[in-house]
Amino acid sequence: MALDSKVPAGAIADKWTKHKGEIPLVSPANKRLLDIIVVGTGLAGSSAAASLAEMGYNVKAFCFQDSPRRAHSIAAQGGINAAKNYQNDGDSVYRLFYDTIKGGDYRSREGNVHRLAEVSRNIIDQCVAQGVPFARDYGGLLDNRSFGGVQVSRTFYAKGQTGQQLLLGAYSALNRQIAKGRVKMYARHEMQELVVVDGKARGIIAKNLVTGEFERHSAHAVLLCTGGYGNVFFLSTNAMGSNVTAAWKAHRKGAYMANPCFTQIHPTCIPVSGENQSKLTLMSESLRNDGRIWVPAKKEDAEAIRAGKLHPNDIAEADRDYYLERRYPAFGNLVPRDVASRAAKERCDAGYGVNKTGEAVYLDFAAAIMRFGEEEVHVKGLKNPSTAEIKALGEKVVESKYGNLFQMYEKITASNPYKEPMMIYPAVHYTMGGLWVDYNLMTTIPGCFALGEANFSDHGANRLGASALMQGLADGYFVAPYTVGEFLSTDIRSGKIPTDSPEFEAAEQAVRERTEKFINNNGTKSVDFFHKRLGKIMWNEVGMARSEKGLKQAIADIQALREEFYADVRVLGSANGMNPELDKAGRVADLIELGELMAKDALERNESCGGHFREEYQSPEGEALRDDENFAFVSAWEFTGVPAEAQLHKEELTFENVELKTRSYK
Amino acid sequence: MDLTLKIWRQNGPQEKGEMKTYPISGVEEDMSFLEMLDFLNDKLINEGIEPVVFDHDCREGICGMCSLFINGEAHGPGRKVTTCQLHMREFKSGDTIYIEPFRAKAFPIIKDLMVDRSAFDRIQRAGGYISVNTSGNTIDANAIPVPKENADKAFDAATCIGCGACVATCKNSSAMLFASAKISQFSLLPQGQPEAKERVLNMVHQMDLEGFGNCTNTGACEVECPKGISLENIARMNRDYLFASLSSNK
Repeated sequence: MALDSKVPAGAIADKWTKHKGEIPLVSPANKRLLDIIVVGTGLAGSSAAASLAEMGYNVKAFCFQDSPRRAHSIAAQGGINAAKNYQNDGDSVYRLFYDTIKGGDYRSREGNVHRLAEVSRNIIDQCVAQGVPFARDYGGLLDNRSFGGVQVSRTFYAKGQTGQQLLLGAYSALNRQIAKGRVKMYARHEMQELVVVDGKARGIIAKNLVTGEFERHSAHAVLLCTGGYGNVFFLSTNAMGSNVTAAWKAHRKGAYMANPCFTQIHPTCIPVSGENQSKLTLMSESLRNDGRIWVPAKKEDAEAIRAGKLHPNDIAEADRDYYLERRYPAFGNLVPRDVASRAAKERCDAGYGVNKTGEAVYLDFAAAIMRFGEEEVHVKGLKNPSTAEIKALGEKVVESKYGNLFQMYEKITASNPYKEPMMIYPAVHYTMGGLWVDYNLMTTIPGCFALGEANFSDHGANRLGASALMQGLADGYFVAPYTVGEFLSTDIRSGKIPTDSPEFEAAEQAVRERTEKFINNNGTKSVDFFHKRLGKIMWNEVGMARSEKGLKQAIADIQALREEFYADVRVLGSANGMNPELDKAGRVADLIELGELMAKDALERNESCGGHFREEYQSPEGEALRDDENFAFVSAWEFTGVPAEAQLHKEELTFENVELKTRSYK
Repeated sequence: MDLTLKIWRQNGPQEKGEMKTYPISGVEEDMSFLEMLDFLNDKLINEGIEPVVFDHDCREGICGMCSLFINGEAHGPGRKVTTCQLHMREFKSGDTIYIEPFRAKAFPIIKDLMVDRSAFDRIQRAGGYISVNTSGNTIDANAIPVPKENADKAFDAATCIGCGACVATCKNSSAMLFASAKISQFSLLPQGQPEAKERVLNMVHQMDLEGFGNCTNTGACEVECPKGISLENIARMNRDYLFASLSSNK
């Protein structure tokens, strides 16, 4: 099948308006005859379900958590970008578009990204109208801050809980529709299979996680808003339940998976502390607005710190290496995530790491605290304040900006970041890859759409900070509600889709067999045992630095692991009723297959770009070497039975509005 | 660390539950409380015993899914933390730890330590929203300035994670801290005014329907709330409720 991105012709700034005007409408009377399933209730899912229901479609929404409000978008911290130019610092739709394309290392689709930048402004208006309490300045107007990879302040925020506030806004819109009976909500339900009838996505098999029952749900279209697959690494900043199952089932049924190896390793996370750790915690990128990243300049100092013989506060200014400011003077601590992560790894690999494991660098607020303190002294007109007084005032300011993050850090590490620098290290955070979608966000299965992190379209090989929230809400509020019309307008005479067809029968049967197999397996090892091993393989060979040899080894190791998993996994209890271990087994089975495809994708992409760093392709200074001649395309993989033997389809990327350049933040 | 865990086991909503004892050794100080339970479950699986079921997801204190009653306190010892943010360094070797589900009539037990908190969703559906459709044509976000003080207070109220610690802690199993947080958020913002009266009346009504008790001003909910939601919100809700009751056309 040839990939058609369906990006409309015309000038980039007119494409979306023109396309919206040309999408066939579905009359209100006909919308009532059309059913839509939305899987996942994060920013993309909740906003899509609410908006489609407002328009008049019949919506069923599903989430595996006990409430739609708990989807993992809730944990996003720093903010959401929008080209409002409230700060009058030269921001514009074009600049947001340009920053996103460049930040993504020229591996995203121009048309989609420009649309994202256009609707970004509507998102802020919409959320404020919903009562989302964004941070405001003393004049009562909205405040902004900066994020990595840009030189303007366009990020709207609500302390370090922006994701929470935006999701609760979308959740409230969803609740309004549930109360009206326009959305039927299925919490503690997990999609187990996509049902395809006559080549079109026509429903899902869902599992009621409380009773263990399998349910058939039919619809005219299925929207997968199921987030990313960072949990393939076991340790990540994702929630424990985040998984790839819905997307993977669609992939197995014919949806192509695009750029699966593009993984974002976030530079500022709390370092790994022990073998029994279950997840990693992000410290928002917003901290890089004010915090300075450093390691000791002398190796012996780093060694003394690791041995517990030296405290970071005792290292003189001249003996500190602010390596981001040194290497990238133009952007300093606010370089994009992939660049910051690799730089941290480089210093730690060279022996300058600062915790017991040698895998941590400092994020230091001492200078910011003094700077804010002095500002306050000035504002308050204090005469001859002591250093301690200035510090105390500065700490107050830092608390008002980042209080919840500092508290979170202290709870986890038992160290006070107001008094000593934070320790941070990169961790898996986001996946730019995902289901391939066209301009309408439809996958290669007609009627099956993918929104938010679950699709691949907007972030290329590296996502900029505060752009995930923007994309989730853009897709859910402002893109999919229009673009599903193109598909559904041909469906107004289809009538209700029956659930007693052979396709539904077969799908349910397949799910039952998988479940029975796990329960009757009588293996000897827990699901986590395999998940942890998968994570180790992925982190070591498909993580921050990848090589041909390592990737080939990873594929072999994952294939062996899969065999062992099916032969030896042990799931206790029964298939009837609540059984979280059983649910986890299904998720890990899919993650293992995905991991193999990720390694395959990374192996075939013989260049370094964004979060994908191949050791063979780097400059003498260690910067990524992109190969636009041979790799300016999207890798879309078609499932053929074995992940490593997936068939590659290329979508060539053309850049008409941005010049392809070496990405430099120096 | 060596610990003795006393854990509530209950196979289903209608079945009888009981406290079971599990000795455990090899627990590390840096483990979070839930990682300690993962560690226990891994052991149980190896011994052929069904693992303990408990709710959890984000493990960074924001999703509101984790919900354990530890040694008689919602989310255990420590203030302003959820169970997932509690670390084993708060305990010492030799301790006995009692782990129970959040208990309330409106939170029926599903299995072991997992409870059904869907009553909270129904309270939100009764009015926890501002009726604005998605359009792309709402007025510019900066067209309505909001005094910083009100915006900050609205934000503080809006940080509620809906975990239910307030209910589990309250001797009356009252959900007033939870409901008042959402009512206050909108009450403090200009966007919330048109529906303010209906909202407070409907949400309080739903709260009563669900079987939550009333507030007798003990303040335990505020102490145990992992997000430090203030009792001030209950006062504001009561004032709004009184005003709405007296002036509503209904």
